[in-house]
Amino acid sequence: MVTNVTSLGRSGLSDWLIARVSAYVMTAYLIFIVGYLMLTPDLNYTQWAALNSSLPMRMFSLLTILSIAAHAWIGMWCVLTDYITVRLIGPKATALRIIFQLGMIAITLLYVIWAIDILWGI
Amino acid sequence: MANIRTMTFDAVIVGGGGSGMRAALQLAQSGYKTAVITKVFPTRSHTVSAQGGITCAIASDDPNDQWQWHMYDTIKGADFIGDQEAIEYMCQTGPEAIFELEHMGLPFSRTEEGRIYQRPFGGQSKDFGKGGQAARTCAAADRTGHALLHTLYQGNLKNETTFLNEWFAVDIVKNSDNAVVGVVALNIETGETVYVKSKATVFATGGAGRIYASTTNAHICTGDGIGMALRAGFPVQDIEMWQFHPTGIHGAGTLVTEGCRGEGGYLVNKDGERFMERYAPNAKDLAGRDVVARSMVLEILEGRGCGPDGDHVYLKLDHLGEETLNAKLPGILELSRTFAHADPVKEPIPVVPTCHYMMGGIPTNVNGQALTVDAEGNDEVIEGFYACGEAACVSVHGANRLGGNSLLDLVVFGRASGMFIEQQLREGIELKDASEADIEAAMAGLNHLNDSTGGENASVLRAELQTIMQNYFGVFRRGDFMQEGITKLAALRPRIKNVALGDKSNAFNTSRIEALELQNLFEVAEATAITAEARTESRGAHAREDFQERDDVNWLCHSVFFPSDKRVGKRGVNFNLKTREAFEPQIRTY
Amino acid sequence: MLNVSIYRYNPEVDSEPYMQDFEFDTQGKDIMVLDVLEKLKIEDPTLVFRRSCREGVCGSDGMNISGKNGLACVTPLSDAVKKNKLVIRPLPGLPVIRDLVIDMSQFYAQYEKIQPYMINNTPAPAIERLQSQEERAKLDGLYECILCACCSTACPSFWWNPDKFIGPSGLLQAYRFLADSRDTATEARLANLDDPFSVFRCHGIMNCVQVCPKGLNPTKAIGHIRDMLIRTAT
Repeated sequence: MVTNVTSLGRSGLSDWLIARVSAYVMTAYLIFIVGYLMLTPDLNYTQWAALNSSLPMRMFSLLTILSIAAHAWIGMWCVLTDYITVRLIGPKATALRIIFQLGMIAITLLYVIWAIDILWGI
Repeated sequence: MANIRTMTFDAVIVGGGGSGMRAALQLAQSGYKTAVITKVFPTRSHTVSAQGGITCAIASDDPNDQWQWHMYDTIKGADFIGDQEAIEYMCQTGPEAIFELEHMGLPFSRTEEGRIYQRPFGGQSKDFGKGGQAARTCAAADRTGHALLHTLYQGNLKNETTFLNEWFAVDIVKNSDNAVVGVVALNIETGETVYVKSKATVFATGGAGRIYASTTNAHICTGDGIGMALRAGFPVQDIEMWQFHPTGIHGAGTLVTEGCRGEGGYLVNKDGERFMERYAPNAKDLAGRDVVARSMVLEILEGRGCGPDGDHVYLKLDHLGEETLNAKLPGILELSRTFAHADPVKEPIPVVPTCHYMMGGIPTNVNGQALTVDAEGNDEVIEGFYACGEAACVSVHGANRLGGNSLLDLVVFGRASGMFIEQQLREGIELKDASEADIEAAMAGLNHLNDSTGGENASVLRAELQTIMQNYFGVFRRGDFMQEGITKLAALRPRIKNVALGDKSNAFNTSRIEALELQNLFEVAEATAITAEARTESRGAHAREDFQERDDVNWLCHSVFFPSDKRVGKRGVNFNLKTREAFEPQIRTY
Repeated sequence: MLNVSIYRYNPEVDSEPYMQDFEFDTQGKDIMVLDVLEKLKIEDPTLVFRRSCREGVCGSDGMNISGKNGLACVTPLSDAVKKNKLVIRPLPGLPVIRDLVIDMSQFYAQYEKIQPYMINNTPAPAIERLQSQEERAKLDGLYECILCACCSTACPSFWWNPDKFIGPSGLLQAYRFLADSRDTATEARLANLDDPFSVFRCHGIMNCVQVCPKGLNPTKAIGHIRDMLIRTAT
């Protein structure tokens, strides 16, 4: 069994499940938004603001944003552990990967906080 | 200067095929320090190509089956020069050995009752030949050898056997008592030469089908163990007995299992006639392999062969239906489509008798101890030296092996050798150490090759050797032809001794290996030729046009070839059954 | 004349690998790639490759043939030659020892990691353990693997993490034992696989399925392992 502390769920299965579930959430959100836009051809600001300030929509948006964050975390972790490895680029890889990963995590968290701020600021 | 590294083991096994790995497994389980020297990664050994199955009376197909019937078939199939004590041991111990394999995970095909599936093979009968065709060959589809070899490798992984993978054993190291105390081996990847020292050296080096131009055998079947034994001055037994498998794919040599005929396939000539009905009215296509192969050659010689050159016959399977073929013979469908460009579901496979198996080898007793014969004709054990599998001649196959008995041979006697060595090690083995000069002697051949300048290309010489064997020592043999062949071989010897080594580098030098293999092939070929010429009778696979009858007065015995003076001697056949009286020779018909 | 371009590298002589061109006369025959290599080796004894059974069952001669991994002995020229050119390279992603011979230790290490042997500590019966035909049928498409490494060396996830990702071949064998009704170590086997690398580095691109010379489907087996992991976890 291979262990790794920087993956999101710490187990392969939970990472895989999170990636799948978050993908469903994002897909559902996308379908909803595209559907709403198509069914509302003469959309104006008032309608748009009303939609986004309703509690269910706020929850849905938040869930999607968290899904994007989790999905990105897992995906980027995969990419980083594929390419920035000791095997491929030598002993400095571990430090470099941790820096990239921390940076990625910081940006993701920043985006999540910012998104919450926007959502509840409507 | 033999300033080479020494590696020391309790037991060393040369050869990572079925028998070698079975012996290794036994020893690894016992906790003795065991190494397997193998020139290819173990699962690339030729056992992997075995298709049809492993014959054994496990009473699955027929709950009343008896190992004694299997023993009778084997003795008769061997044309009565198989050692009956060894055959008895094999057939009686067989079921235990098979069940062990199953418990290790071998994925046998199954019957509706969930037992191991058994199919009919050639030469099998019930009730000592009186009860009709038996189905006694345990099968994993048509990939039994593959399943068996992988299972054994897995068992060895589980028991942490040491593998020296891609190492080539060069020659035997003998001490001043003429006992075997290991081998000189070459690490193919690095080129390093090492003295592998051991109290027990087991040769499980397989066959040498590559002495013939047309063979079902892998490129690696070059008789390395036989070559080494002969160079060390040890004799070989019944080496003239070569099995030609009836169904090798015409042109490619690839094997098509006898299981095809077991499942209901049959051979036809150009007139579409099922000709085996004429040659073997009872067993038909499931007569002994020697009988079927000879019948095929006669059909071809008498102008009833198929194809534009009339040089093969057809194996018909399409009447069995696609579903059966997919379930029972999937590997054959694949091989036929690839190598014969024929889809057996729709059309017959072009086949021709092809060199398949070496019945002879290093003479051993049932414990795997290698034997020689002293001046008075008595058996003498060679200390420290063991053999099992195709390289050995224990002898359970005599003059003709039955299908499915080779896998049983290698499992049963690999196991027996392992168990006996374990016991010997426990009791303590004292062998004199090899001197510098002894190791030096085992290095001589390799040094000569490494120092070579000029000489001819190994591939060219090999092709020449194979053509001589094919033309003069094939399915039918004749004294004057064989003498001509022997003369040609004699002329080839110095050329092969001075073979060119066009690549002298160390890293993974396969040219060096091929040159060494060629020298082993030559030793086997020469021993075959001289012994075949000496055996003035027809028996089993050895069919002579000038001596067409079996001669029990003079030749109901093993031939023994002594390399030092190229003399052919005789050794008595063992008729000492433990459980009943011996089977007396009778006329062999199917 | 067929143009054959072969990857060459001898560590004792070459500072780096290079491609060498050979002219080869096929005499109009559709022979196998291995036959071509055997004939070229007569001309150039320094050309190195592995081979054994020459019929596609031993798995020795896996190599990259005109861009696709396969066994040289069962790949006819008609499948491999493009624009009168045959390009032969070692299997990608593992260290090259010499010419077409690669160091397969990583590959074998992954195989060993999945405990590729039957585990069943219940007392064995005097005969074989019974197994129904249906149970045995589950092993079809799994046990036939010949360990040629064509699949694993066609897998980018294995290229990047050959020390952590088991790879398609090893996973196929992992499932072979998980699927065997006679094996009793299912839980322990699954526990060993539930990490972010061993199984889950498979992203299902199916290169393995495309190249397997035995027509096996590792991706499907990996899917089954994932299903089993989900079922045990929920």
